[in-house]
Amino acid sequence: MSDVTNLGVAALRDGIRSGEFSAKEVADAFIVKVSAAKQLNAFIVETPEHALAAAREADAARAAGEVLKPLAGVPIGMKDLFCTKGVQTTAASHMLEGFKPVYESTVSQKLWDAGAGMLGKLNLDQFAMGSSNETSYFGNVISPWRRRDGGNAPLAPGGSSGGSSAAISARLVPAATGTDTGGSIRQPAAFTGISGIKPTYGRCSRWGVVAFASSLDQAGPMARDVRDCAIMLEAMAGFDAKDATSLKLDVPKWEQGLSGDLRGKKIGIPKEYRVDGMPSEIEALWQQGIDWLKDAGAEIVEVSLPHTQYALPAYYIIAPAEASSNLARYDGVRYGQRELPDGANLQDMYAATRAAGFGPEVQRRILIGTYVLSAGFYDAYYTQAQKVRTLIARDFERAWLDCDLLLTPTAPSAAFALGEKSADPLAMYLNDVFTVPSSLAGIPAMSVPGGLDKAGLPLGLQIIGKPLDEQGVLNAGLAIEQRAGFTARPEQWW
Amino acid sequence: MSVDTATVKKVASLARIAISDGDAERLVPELNNILGWIEQLGEVDTSSVQPMTAVIPNTLRLRDDVVNDGDMRDDVLANAPAGEHGFFTVPKVIE
Amino acid sequence: MSDYRIKGATGEWEVVIGLEVHAQVTSNAKLFSGAATTFGAEPNTQVSLVDAAMPGMLPVPNRECIRQAVRTGMAIDAQINKWSRFDRKNYFYADLPQGYQISQLYHPLVGEGEVEIDVEGETKTIGVERIHVEQDAGKLMHDQHPTRSYVDLNRSGVALMEIVSKPDMRSPAEAGAYLAKLRSILRYVGSCDGNMDQGSMRADVNVSVRKPGEPFGTRTETKNVNSVRFVMQTVEIEALRQIDVIENGGKIVQETRLFDPDKGETRSMRSKEDAHDYRYFPDPDLLPLELDDDFLDDCRKSLPELPDAKRARYVALGVTPYNASVLTAEVESARFFDALLDAGAKGPAASNWVTSELFGALNRLGKQIEDSPVSATQAAELLGLVAEGTLSNTLAKQVFEIMLETGEDPSKIVEERGLKQTSDTGAIEAEIAKVLDANADKVAEYRSGKDKLFGFFVGQTMKAMAGKANPGVVNDLLKKALDG
Repeated sequence: MSDVTNLGVAALRDGIRSGEFSAKEVADAFIVKVSAAKQLNAFIVETPEHALAAAREADAARAAGEVLKPLAGVPIGMKDLFCTKGVQTTAASHMLEGFKPVYESTVSQKLWDAGAGMLGKLNLDQFAMGSSNETSYFGNVISPWRRRDGGNAPLAPGGSSGGSSAAISARLVPAATGTDTGGSIRQPAAFTGISGIKPTYGRCSRWGVVAFASSLDQAGPMARDVRDCAIMLEAMAGFDAKDATSLKLDVPKWEQGLSGDLRGKKIGIPKEYRVDGMPSEIEALWQQGIDWLKDAGAEIVEVSLPHTQYALPAYYIIAPAEASSNLARYDGVRYGQRELPDGANLQDMYAATRAAGFGPEVQRRILIGTYVLSAGFYDAYYTQAQKVRTLIARDFERAWLDCDLLLTPTAPSAAFALGEKSADPLAMYLNDVFTVPSSLAGIPAMSVPGGLDKAGLPLGLQIIGKPLDEQGVLNAGLAIEQRAGFTARPEQWW
Repeated sequence: MSVDTATVKKVASLARIAISDGDAERLVPELNNILGWIEQLGEVDTSSVQPMTAVIPNTLRLRDDVVNDGDMRDDVLANAPAGEHGFFTVPKVIE
Repeated sequence: MSDYRIKGATGEWEVVIGLEVHAQVTSNAKLFSGAATTFGAEPNTQVSLVDAAMPGMLPVPNRECIRQAVRTGMAIDAQINKWSRFDRKNYFYADLPQGYQISQLYHPLVGEGEVEIDVEGETKTIGVERIHVEQDAGKLMHDQHPTRSYVDLNRSGVALMEIVSKPDMRSPAEAGAYLAKLRSILRYVGSCDGNMDQGSMRADVNVSVRKPGEPFGTRTETKNVNSVRFVMQTVEIEALRQIDVIENGGKIVQETRLFDPDKGETRSMRSKEDAHDYRYFPDPDLLPLELDDDFLDDCRKSLPELPDAKRARYVALGVTPYNASVLTAEVESARFFDALLDAGAKGPAASNWVTSELFGALNRLGKQIEDSPVSATQAAELLGLVAEGTLSNTLAKQVFEIMLETGEDPSKIVEERGLKQTSDTGAIEAEIAKVLDANADKVAEYRSGKDKLFGFFVGQTMKAMAGKANPGVVNDLLKKALDG
């Protein structure tokens, strides 16, 4: 038998169904890979027994001649932002170290209901705040990728879903969940040569997902290819009465609807995304992507999104503001860490607990968020940012008059080295320049690998779609995937 | 607008994050750098624009008035750092 | 009524009062979760994961709580905002698990309305600024342990309406009347049970003082005052304190205070002083609340007749304004009185009977009107027997006492115990003759001009008839016999 860990979600699902291999064999193979990859630090907790239980169920169902569930026996990774019943959930923060939820997030429950098993909880930037996975209390995730030009500088797997991206590209898991607030699925996918989609805001329930910025947070899948993303998203999405912002819509059959034929589609190229100092390789890849989509039958049009440059500053007001309030519940009273210095009163306990429990980036964002909401500044910062957000959404609405989808690079650079940007928060924030506008507008967007740069590192292309048009986004992603022929994978060094 | 050490301390106190004088001094340029950058938003003319309220058109659904939750004290207290007799406990509060 | 003045060393002072009343919305489940709201449960048993603010938990609003707040707004003729939204009020406290309270600052559900109050026979309109819906906090217990406070989250997330008045009140009596009237309206509407001793209603009392005609002074807010009487005391005590401070050269600090009924004083609540920057912003977990016409129509149709309308209707039936006010003050009395009217009783007689006989009896028995041993139907029958002349008022009292004891219908009591009033002139004349014989001296006195003795003869005759004689007939026959 060939190594099943080289297979993606669809192939594993089909192989288990046809009996080519058992779910147990699949689980065992991935469990071995996970436990042998400690150097990557992609997992905070490993849960082989969970994956094995799902595998047993799948094999028993098949033996009994039952129709297998959509993801029966497929083991996946779970970003440690999703609460999992009885399994430590930390958001990569010391604050929640040891916290074992008594409940299961809607999205993870849907995956288990679809027959998937969990290999473990994946590392991330603390409370999903970061673009390099360097803010985790549980240590950096190391990208499996290395620069071709010698030197073994450890690279960032992107963030915040860096454990997910690293684990998938290292073939430790065939797919994983991610969450995307300003690019946390797409940028790590681009950095590691995999695919990931952030669906329309409201498609996936936020219930049981540790909140970062409520009006932006959206769960989505990360996997090796577009089809696997479609399969995963079908399992994860769906209305949830427990989330007041959940969309009451049926889940489309995205996998069935996949088609790389883009005849009749207009693809917009937003001119404002040609930012100063963009590496020529990124420009070249973008042009390559345009050619691929033309080849798939699409018509290319130039469009304008005039408020693009204001998206990042608006995001860095709105997201920290919401976070400063969302993270107020971490106070050492009902769960998580408590710091109680001698003689401390209640308010001292809060301050000590939060100083010890939150890492520097989380503290920084809470402080910014607290400041922009404080008396006298609220209108100048927060209200203005929400108005600019309206303008950004309007830019997209106007663009849809001229096109069906947008094509842009996912990130302004390939993966950078760990430590390269961590000293300069602003430089780090600028990494989200292409992903943040669609987050602010709540619209679906995906990253697919397009090629490698000179150093042999993956670069991603981003497709942005109209609200609810995940199918259009996936199809354009598929068209690129079919033409890019991206087969590169990191050489195993761990 | 820019912040000074006193403002940083005040904000940290509002956010209930204990910081040392050294922390506060270190944070001043860091926060000013970020705040200075986000202030470019002020350039945008938004005089005729409403702040965004719902990112995707959707209306707020209301739940029925049915008791279908709660009655799970052990679960609620399961992760508490301190508790006794069915209560969470905190350092004594003097009102 | 607005000429309430406090005499200070530097002249007369006027008191300006506004109330923020927190009323617990009557609902089965909490505002944003499915946990129960029942009073008095074991600690932390009515707490969901949402109420405990576990990571990733989200609020979903309860329709009934919204409906009740809208109905309350309609009951005070307020503007109902079809578009409103929830905001977060951020502060840290052990009774606030989320670290913020979900409330409505910028776009409340209910806008301006008004409440009419009566003080010393005069009517005054008190403006209501707004009503918004918000979460209650949990409860801290400080006396269970020497160094720890205990946290019970049963109340955490229970729906409250905050009803904010305009600073329209000018005396303790007005503040008390406003709170009492508001309570009455809420109880009519059924949006709050009004149990102030269980904390279902409590008021934050804003008080300032000024020399008449001058601009508003700086106000203080005394928190969580939980009875009409305490509100009146708070106003008085706080006004006197402020006048004292000002007249001694001090300044009033805008602050939160606490009323101590045992010591009869208010004092500063320093523990909440540093939390004034609440950083309100729209709750990103919730979309704007949009109400359609069907919802509003439903709310409107479900509104009962309210105290003012009811009072007017009673007065139109011939009930005295005083009785009408007494009967409409509590929804249960009005309900009983309406049932009496429905059963055919006549307004004026029925209102006198309820306010004197029934209330007196219930008071004696320590019972509430909703637990009255005599039903409205039985009472109507009793009043009917009086009206048709079958029972005298005296007999009616006797029958009522028996009804209270036995719960039997009055007709049955009258029948079985022969308590029927008689107009049999022969029997009455016979008794009158005996009475006049036995009191010949008094008859002489009467006839020589001592008219007042007439009452004595009536009494003696009624006594001889065991109270069953028709008093009108007795009067007529006595007059004939004496004045002949």
